[in-house]
Amino acid sequence: MKTIKQLLIVVLVIAGFQVLAQQTPAPAQIAAITIKGATAHIGNGQIIENSTIVFEHGKITAIGNESTSSRGREIEAVGKHVYPGLIAPAKALGLIEVNAVRASNDDDELGDFIPNVRSLIAYNAESKVVESMRPNGILLGQIAPQGGRISGTSSIVQFDAWNWEDAAIKVDDGVHLHWPRGFRRGRWWEGEPRGYLPNKKYQIQIEEVIAFMKNAKAYGKGIGVSKNEAYGEMGGVFNGSKKLYIYADGEREIIDAVSTAKENGIQSIVLVGGYQAYRIIPFLKENNIPVLVQHTHSLPSKDDDDYDLPYKLPKLLVDGGLLVALENSGTSNFQTRNLPFYAGQLVGQGMDKETALQLITGNTAKILGIDDAYGTLEIGKSATLFISEGDALDMRTNQLTHAFIDGREISLETHQTELWKRYSEKYNQK
Amino acid sequence: MKRIQLLLSLLLFTFCGIAQDYFPKNEELKEDNNNYTAFTNATIYVTPNKVIKKGTLLIQNGKVVEAKRSVTIPQNAVVINLKGKHIYPSFIDPYTSFGIEKPKGKPGQGRSPQYEASREGFYWNDHIKPEQKGIDSFKYDKKKAAEFRKAGFGVLNTHLMDGIARGTGVLVALNDDGGDGNRIVEDVSGQFFSFEKSKASRQSYPGSLMGAMALLRQLHYDADWYSKGNVATKDRSLEALIANKGKTSFFEAGDKGNDLRADKIGDLFNLNYIIIGGGDEFEAIESIKGTNASYIIPINFPEAYDVSDPNLADYISLEDMREWNQAPANPKILSDNEITFSLTTHDLKKPSEFKNNLLKAIKYGFDETKALAALTTIPAQLLGESDKIGSLEPGRYANFLVTSGAVFDKETTLYENWVQGKKNVINSKDQKDLSGDYSLIVDGKNYELTISGKTSKPKSEVKIGETKYPSKLKYSNNWLTLSFTNEATKEIYQATGIVPKEGERITGKLLLPNGLENSFIATRTGDASEKDKEEKEDEDSKPQIMPLTYPNIGYGFVSKPKQQDMLFKNATVWTSEAEGILIETDVLVKNGEIFKIGKNLNPEDAKVIDATGKHVTAGIIDEHSHIAALSINEGGHNSSAEVSIEDVIDAEDVDIYRNLAGGVTSIQILHGSANPIGGQSAIIKLKWGEQADELIYNNSPKFIKFALGENVKQSNWQSFKRFPQTRMGVEQLYVNYFNRAKEYDTKKKSGQPFRYDEEMEVLAQILNGDRYISCHSYVQSEINMLMKVAERFGFRINTFTHILEGYKVADKMKEHGVGGSTFSDWWAYKYEVNDAIPYNAAIMAKEGVVVAINSDDGEMSRRLNQEAAKVVKYGNMTEEEAWKMVTINPAKLLHLDNRVGSIKEGKDADLVLWDDHPLSVYAKAEKTIIEGVVYFDMERDKQKRRAIKDERSTLLKMMLKEKEDGGKTKPPMKKENKHFHCETIN
Repeated sequence: MKTIKQLLIVVLVIAGFQVLAQQTPAPAQIAAITIKGATAHIGNGQIIENSTIVFEHGKITAIGNESTSSRGREIEAVGKHVYPGLIAPAKALGLIEVNAVRASNDDDELGDFIPNVRSLIAYNAESKVVESMRPNGILLGQIAPQGGRISGTSSIVQFDAWNWEDAAIKVDDGVHLHWPRGFRRGRWWEGEPRGYLPNKKYQIQIEEVIAFMKNAKAYGKGIGVSKNEAYGEMGGVFNGSKKLYIYADGEREIIDAVSTAKENGIQSIVLVGGYQAYRIIPFLKENNIPVLVQHTHSLPSKDDDDYDLPYKLPKLLVDGGLLVALENSGTSNFQTRNLPFYAGQLVGQGMDKETALQLITGNTAKILGIDDAYGTLEIGKSATLFISEGDALDMRTNQLTHAFIDGREISLETHQTELWKRYSEKYNQK
Repeated sequence: MKRIQLLLSLLLFTFCGIAQDYFPKNEELKEDNNNYTAFTNATIYVTPNKVIKKGTLLIQNGKVVEAKRSVTIPQNAVVINLKGKHIYPSFIDPYTSFGIEKPKGKPGQGRSPQYEASREGFYWNDHIKPEQKGIDSFKYDKKKAAEFRKAGFGVLNTHLMDGIARGTGVLVALNDDGGDGNRIVEDVSGQFFSFEKSKASRQSYPGSLMGAMALLRQLHYDADWYSKGNVATKDRSLEALIANKGKTSFFEAGDKGNDLRADKIGDLFNLNYIIIGGGDEFEAIESIKGTNASYIIPINFPEAYDVSDPNLADYISLEDMREWNQAPANPKILSDNEITFSLTTHDLKKPSEFKNNLLKAIKYGFDETKALAALTTIPAQLLGESDKIGSLEPGRYANFLVTSGAVFDKETTLYENWVQGKKNVINSKDQKDLSGDYSLIVDGKNYELTISGKTSKPKSEVKIGETKYPSKLKYSNNWLTLSFTNEATKEIYQATGIVPKEGERITGKLLLPNGLENSFIATRTGDASEKDKEEKEDEDSKPQIMPLTYPNIGYGFVSKPKQQDMLFKNATVWTSEAEGILIETDVLVKNGEIFKIGKNLNPEDAKVIDATGKHVTAGIIDEHSHIAALSINEGGHNSSAEVSIEDVIDAEDVDIYRNLAGGVTSIQILHGSANPIGGQSAIIKLKWGEQADELIYNNSPKFIKFALGENVKQSNWQSFKRFPQTRMGVEQLYVNYFNRAKEYDTKKKSGQPFRYDEEMEVLAQILNGDRYISCHSYVQSEINMLMKVAERFGFRINTFTHILEGYKVADKMKEHGVGGSTFSDWWAYKYEVNDAIPYNAAIMAKEGVVVAINSDDGEMSRRLNQEAAKVVKYGNMTEEEAWKMVTINPAKLLHLDNRVGSIKEGKDADLVLWDDHPLSVYAKAEKTIIEGVVYFDMERDKQKRRAIKDERSTLLKMMLKEKEDGGKTKPPMKKENKHFHCETIN
């Protein structure tokens, strides 16, 4: 008997890995739901104590204090906290399952200028890594291709879907450009010193970017020319229907990148990374550049930098009056579930908690261009939100009881919670 | 005394005589020249401290006969009057590769590693080549020799600069004539060692600095074993090493840390290495002095960075900028500390750079007499050849320099460099110093001519009143040629004439623009104008040198912080003991220990720190760290038990400071996970500013890293040749090694002679319970396997680190008695972590396993308080239990819980003051204290930031000026690993 049971477990484990990759997506919201009594964190800096939040057919229909009337099923949430679903930008979630297993990696295609390469069609809606985002409150993400100069085009998805088509909430939203670096790693195997040196090809690499932009623009004006998908895909960044996400960290690189993009008629630019953006805040403000700034849990890139520079960097930009949200493109996918804590780190640096929350909700939605429906708890917007036992920005108290995407109550179980429960049972642990 | 001198000269004469005597000559007649040469009226430096004014140097047959105030000059002497000139013994460079080519590197990119040696009949490692004889590949290089002579050198010590044991060297005089028979002073001039692998072989081991150290130690043990006749096979490497025992040993270390490492190896085997340093010795001068070793010091002072582009300048660290500013002080500081050292051209691009660097060192305060000693008597003494070279005492080689004045003066000209009595002209000494103002009469017109600059390379300026005439001046072989142009008329005048030996007038022929010949007269009217002197004074002003800090990088201390008694008033105290969390409690620290915990404690003399609303905890302990080390993996063998991280601690890693800022006080630096049997750990306290050895715990518990799974199988990179390739093989590897260790230990304990084997020693310690294992582990099968192997050999695994599937076998772990040190929430980065869950720590802890949360990461380690908090989130641990996972639990796993890990009276005062709940993402460490010393303080950190900005700005300005003044610069660079070179194994 025991052996059979063990065998069964083994089979389940194998099956778990290969087939049962994700919890079954929740059905569409039918009846109205009201969350009652929680502290509502709106995601725009506001807060409503003892709130009432009503949503129907996937949309928030009422939000207010205790005097707001309930409708439908009521969720008692006194002492708890409600937040908009957190949004993870500029990640390859669903494109990589296990980093070291090449067969499971679909994030980086060959070629330097390939905006026509689209992340959405490779997005694995059943990824276990994606699934593990949800119990921490991350319900939406921008799926971005990696590598190269222009690595491709991203799409924005929600994290509870049967397939990529169902997951998409904004298709082909932006093109991702990795700006050349003015300082590069020495090729020590070719006799250069170990370390970082000025990149002698920096200007040439910029010229390549400019040439591509100019050609793409010219292509858009042609009639009856032979097809060039790469140039064609750039049309959106010239007419403003797509954003150009430029990854740059150094002061000079950022200025070069923004100036070049502006000069070449790019309508909507988002800076990603921005390690030294704090030094050129007036420039960024003048050019109206929002920043998806590198997350807080990283090391300073230079020995002489303040030990807490990465901790406070987003705050410096916010204090300077820029539109800022957090990204963690530099870390492994699985780390993205720490997004709320990246924001929490800012509170220790003196940022107001609600402002910190904006950096992973309302501001992110604005920067990604999905703020018409997501990012804040406001009437008419999608009921994409979660309830936490306590402060969701702090590790100790980020404990989700419910989460909804477009009003659908999603499962908070994962491959990991299943293993936890199975082995807790094995040892009769509580 | 006289007799000895006589005997010596006789011996030497005989030597020369023999060389000539029995060689037949057919192309010319065979005749001897036994004439003397006498150099009179010179200032003679017989040695740096023995100076003879207006003395005579008498030489014959390539040797010094005598050098004295008054010498009876034999009849058959050629007399050379050196009035006003100086004579010095020529320089000796004890560390070069002159005339011996290094092997070219073997291309090996992308090919799988080579594990076995490629030679037969030699030592088992290709990088050990004591049998290599420098003389066998020596080929006298006339061109290079001339370069060295021009820089003042007469004798060079050279060897084949390749490998860890490099064999013997050659001492050679730079005498172009006469062949090797004359110029080779010594054909086995000591033996040479380094930490750098041979370029001639791709054998993987050693792949790290600590591996190179272990290999050198084992080499000496093996030589001892071999010399006692215990080995049946022939090993030509060991035989050479044994044969060369007692010869002077040179060790190329290359930086201050490696100086100490080389010395440590020397101490172990009673070898007094002469250490070739790196130029940064001044940063650790006390320890360097403590080695009691002699040094050979390069003076390749760094060039300034080109900081004209501020965006690029931004990448240069303060540490590297300071190096440019401070390094020229190295010789002075070494000499102030009475360390015996010689200088070398080693590491300079060419010998011609030597003088300028030396002058820089002198400007930085290096005494000229000591500089001369470091180039003459000291290298001679280090080489054991003082009876032949290094001075102008009777019987020494006639190796000397003739100069216009003090040898280390910028304006001094080197005229001649005599080697073995053979004259080599560098600059003609008969050249007259023409500098001065002249009245030049040409074609009836009176021009003002000013000649300035070096005697050998004078510059000219021609003018009448304010009108300048662009001119060119050439002066060689006593002839002067001057041409100048009238810019208004484009007319060119050309003058040429011989410079008379005496007198102030130069006359000669002049070619007028119209092609007619005329004559010119230039009459000296006085010394050159004042302008030059002012410039000179400016140059001679003392350089501004930045103060040294501990360690000497941006966040170092100007003065080391001191232990102090302190009282934390009114804190929330997280004891990590049964007492739990105490509210409004005081903690009194005395003499580096936690003296008392209680309410309303009397501070006595202690400094009172108001901790109202704040939290005091024990310092965080990271069981699994890789910061603060120069190398982490010795991947050259599947077992590397013989290597130790303690050998390669980097006490200057800024991550130490950053860890302190995150409340971390102790870490275990583990070997990497490349091999099933890794290397020994270093368990250190983060005493920022102290030397590496001071960081290691006293009586540190002994640990070794083991590893399982994908890394040791080499699954994730292209390597298919090394055993094991499967988890099945991993088990057998352990069984094999432990079987051997057991046999080794049995033999050792039986009293029979045995070959001392460092690797087996360490493994035997495990079997005997004297060393603990911390094993990198992921999946349950392998975890269970290793526990079974340990049980079979009668010991216990101490810690499973990572242990991501520990939750699947927590009951078995509890039964075995092993602890678990895990990540809070890492997974998905490789196949074997698919089932890693963040609930792992909680499940193991609830099952009774001692659990710690570790980092394995320089970033995460500075937020371990937050990582511990995740255990509250995942698995509902209490906050108190979670906190123990980064304090007392890792202390228990490291067997340090009697000293650190909790707030308990009598324990080390390793404490952190937090501004908020320590498990909160909002909390910051305000002070981090180790043994009563405040190593991190938020307020002091702000001052440091200010100081870094100020010093950077000062140095940037100095570098800009250096460039403006025509100094050499190099492009900005951000170093990745400051001490690593291409061939350095890390």
